[in-house]
Amino acid sequence: MTVTHERHPAIADIPEVSVAVPDPDGHGHLAELRTDPVALLERVHAECGEIGRFRLADKDVVMVTGAEVNEQFFKAPDATLDQAAAYPFMTPIFGKGVVFDASPEERQQALKNQALRGDQMRGHASTIEREINRMVAGWGEEGEIDLLDFFAELTIYNTAACLVGPPFREEIDHRFAEAYHGLERGTDALAYVDPYLEGVESFEIRDRSRETLVALVQDIIDRRRERGTVAREERDLLDVLISLDMSADYITGVFISMLFAGHHTSSGTSAWTLIELMRHPDQMAKVVTELDELYADPGDGSTVEISFQALRSIPQLESVIKETLRLHPPLIILMRQVAQEIELAGHVIPPGTIVASSPRVSNRLAEDFPDPESFDPGRYLDGRQEDLQNRWTWIPFGAGKHRCVGNAFAMMQIKAIFSVLLRDFEFELVQPSESYRDDYSKMVIQLQRPCRARYRRRAGA
Amino acid sequence: MSFRVVADLDICQGHQMCQAEAPSVFGFDEDADVVEVLTEHPDESLRPQVQAAVTYCPAFALAIEEERA
Repeated sequence: MTVTHERHPAIADIPEVSVAVPDPDGHGHLAELRTDPVALLERVHAECGEIGRFRLADKDVVMVTGAEVNEQFFKAPDATLDQAAAYPFMTPIFGKGVVFDASPEERQQALKNQALRGDQMRGHASTIEREINRMVAGWGEEGEIDLLDFFAELTIYNTAACLVGPPFREEIDHRFAEAYHGLERGTDALAYVDPYLEGVESFEIRDRSRETLVALVQDIIDRRRERGTVAREERDLLDVLISLDMSADYITGVFISMLFAGHHTSSGTSAWTLIELMRHPDQMAKVVTELDELYADPGDGSTVEISFQALRSIPQLESVIKETLRLHPPLIILMRQVAQEIELAGHVIPPGTIVASSPRVSNRLAEDFPDPESFDPGRYLDGRQEDLQNRWTWIPFGAGKHRCVGNAFAMMQIKAIFSVLLRDFEFELVQPSESYRDDYSKMVIQLQRPCRARYRRRAGA
Repeated sequence: MSFRVVADLDICQGHQMCQAEAPSVFGFDEDADVVEVLTEHPDESLRPQVQAAVTYCPAFALAIEEERA
């Protein structure tokens, strides 16, 4: 079947990328997006330059690349570009009636009172230190871990404890982490055809996983109702939502949406940080030395708390995390649907078009990042600061008004995780280095299995 | 050399991290929910703190511009 497609003349003017993976159902570049999206996005830039397009079912996607046009893209007002409509695969995950993302004004308001505020970070850092200690408490002298399982479970506990509250964290276990993972696997780009298509395995897993989460949350709600009210200081966000008489389905949707942006992103970045450190023993040695010095016993009986230091400068570790984010951005394409016509790179883009910018492509532009394929944490040290120098193309967190509002939380979290892990353990690859790769078959990218690492307890730890 | 502190108010998300790094240079406009640069030309001795505020701004909203004295 071929979809007949009326194309606006302004869109027809923009070069279209070639087809490498023909879509058997006539959905344009959808088949390639679902199998090898990196190749597709790189080819858009290579063939079309700063502005090019591809097609997903009946939608044209106009992708821009480079500092100048990225700035136009990221600075466009909210009324002009709509996020929710560009990500149809998220609607069945959050559930009906749960908003995708707040407006910048609402985000800012929420920041003032809420979990991501700067002065809340100290408490979050202690919470995360406690969670990571619990995760490794059962480790022996040496052993192997699955990096996907380990970091996905750890970061679910971290985000649940910090964003919903410690009582809720104590009421969930690995079943919640596993069901949540099933939801993430439901982000199939087939949703650009129809997010509710029948007979699609990833959608069936998604819907079953969501039902499991709702049942788990319903149990927790039932137990809290039986228990009755508790003192104010023991309450968390769940108590507040229960008191508002919201259904388990709706509350689950709210939690899913709160945890979504911060979970797979932090989980994947933590795993890739460890992989890159294991791949580069010289960098590993620098980071371990840095941490050992920072946390060394100052000799006066005091100790430097991880919860204190994770909020402060740890330059070598930070630059390793930044370089990991540059090469392995958790989101490889950021999209918006045009609500009011907008001009990008001299083209007027009509409403209804999806416009996009790719962190994966931008982060590797040779003109901004010399020797772009090489892992070089030195890019961020000694005044080079290639992140700040390239604020419209170093975009693992996006840019502009919608720049990831959780990025300070994420950096703190990963610094705390590695402060504990590298204090007590040494790590090494158990597979060939190049066999660690991402599974790009869903819009939420996850490590492809096998992805195992070996740990050994450090002498004296 | 001296330097000037620049804040992009269209991009500031109101995290208020800069106030912790350099409290004499950065304030907060409660009504607009954005940073307020209190000292546009801070003393050279404050450069490390201001640089930390620029580096750790979660919104990448701050910059240092070098100026001839």
